[in-house]
Amino acid sequence: MSELRDLYQEVILDHNRNPHNFRELDGADRHADGHNPLCGDRLAVYVNLDGEKIVDVSFIGSGCAISKASASLMTDAVRGKTLEEARHLFQRFLTLVTDDAADADAPGLGKLAVFAGVRDYPTRVKCASLAWHTLRAAVDDRHETVTTE
Amino acid sequence: MSLPETVTAAAPTPVASAEAPASAPAPAPASVPAFDIERIRADFPILRRQIREHALSYLDNAATTQKPRAVLDAIARYYASGNANIHRGVYVLSEEATAAYDAARVTVQRFLNARSPREIVFTRNSTESINLVAQSFGRRQVGPGDEVLITHMEHHSNIVPWQLLCEQVDARLRVVPIDDRGVLQMDEFERLITPRTRMISVVHLSNSLGTINPVGDIVELARRHGVPVLIDASQSVYHMPVDVQALDCDFLCFTGHKTYGPTGIGVLYGRESLLDAMPPYQGGGDMIRSVTFEKTTYAELPNKFEAGTPNIAGVVGLGAALDYLTGVGFEAIAPHEADLLAYGTAALSEVRGLRLIGTAPDKASILAFVMKGAHPHDVGTIVDTEGVAIRTGHHCTQPIMDYFGVPATARASVAMYSTRAEIDALVRALERVREMFPL
Repeated sequence: MSELRDLYQEVILDHNRNPHNFRELDGADRHADGHNPLCGDRLAVYVNLDGEKIVDVSFIGSGCAISKASASLMTDAVRGKTLEEARHLFQRFLTLVTDDAADADAPGLGKLAVFAGVRDYPTRVKCASLAWHTLRAAVDDRHETVTTE
Repeated sequence: MSLPETVTAAAPTPVASAEAPASAPAPAPASVPAFDIERIRADFPILRRQIREHALSYLDNAATTQKPRAVLDAIARYYASGNANIHRGVYVLSEEATAAYDAARVTVQRFLNARSPREIVFTRNSTESINLVAQSFGRRQVGPGDEVLITHMEHHSNIVPWQLLCEQVDARLRVVPIDDRGVLQMDEFERLITPRTRMISVVHLSNSLGTINPVGDIVELARRHGVPVLIDASQSVYHMPVDVQALDCDFLCFTGHKTYGPTGIGVLYGRESLLDAMPPYQGGGDMIRSVTFEKTTYAELPNKFEAGTPNIAGVVGLGAALDYLTGVGFEAIAPHEADLLAYGTAALSEVRGLRLIGTAPDKASILAFVMKGAHPHDVGTIVDTEGVAIRTGHHCTQPIMDYFGVPATARASVAMYSTRAEIDALVRALERVREMFPL
């Protein structure tokens, strides 16, 4: 059970139950759709920009607890960041959920560190990263649906 | 419903049967269990594995079954002492390999009660069997404006090959609907057979609902309208006897790895007159009679459809698997699995917020479900930490997920070696899910 709690931390379960920024942004500057065909997860990410700065970000969709919590925590984490900072955070997040040697306590990750447990469940990495891939497509202004396959 | 009751052909020598030898006196007294589950389980080495410090509860049999020692040994023995390429070798090893390959074909013929081994074609899997029929048979059978009829509960492998064919020949794919129990709407079935219907392809046992379709009735219906029928028996052949003569179907396919055999080997049964008239599916070695640059003539059945060096070890393993399966016998397996299905249905129904997907009155093996407030993938991960292996996702049946309005389901599925204790382990693990995702 404790092993399981490493994956399903309270923060993750909370964000699954009550996701933050869970809404459409009408007339958003950027928008992209993400799809994980293996499990059917679908989400859309919306971004409003002021120059290079993300001033608002939100998502809608359905998925497992990991993917929903990841999207929720991601929107909290990138609000107020520049596009370059968001891309950098995405790389750090990917490292966190895939690399056993990654330091979850490194400064800058903040609450995202709760996803370190995902690395022990390789099949769930795509759940955790779908929102981030979709965000990247949105900020890069790519319009085709992002898939994890 | 006119499912055959028995395999009429003589069963091969049981490999691991609990039956007494023919010469033994008197049947066993009533106190001896008819089905010795512990003895069966002992034949499957993988069932002794521990997963995350729990005994493995393997409940993903609809995806693939585990392999008994007899199959593992047959494959190892073939490679260790019998390996050679088949056909045209004039040395002992090649003759032995050819004999083993041909013998396994006869085993499959008897297993399905086909009239002749010429009606048994070895493929890679059910998917390839269906593609073979769609292309070799379908391209000549189905033309512009014609219709191919399938059902809403087909696996993608019995949808996409027909979609491809329909695109190629400008035909139309039509779909028989299901109801909210996951039962085929048979009155609609009859209505959807039109003068343009040129092919019907139907799953025998739904991999994501467990529904057993009335394939006997369906074949009879098709016969009346003069339409050829393919039965996808991938999920049924390891739970119940399937007799192609009793069914009177034109084609039937199954895959080795769901019949306790190896992966990479599948079977297509085809009525001999139809197979004979069909062009080859693939060209190459072994499927020819003579080749010149001007003209090639093709080999007799079934070699015409087996281009290239086949999966010889897979065929040998499949033969051993079917010997094992018939040795244990459906008369023992079917009641055991029916008990588990009933037990599991009752036990899962007690789990709070759980909804079974697929509640047809005629079902086998499959317990698919969704849980309120918990995504199937979270369910799958959590039960895995208790050593319980189930499948989560769309099970290659996205139209069924759409019908039931769910993105995915969790699916437990039993086989001959499954136990009530494994179902109990699943239910206990689902209580963990409920704790983590309270209602």
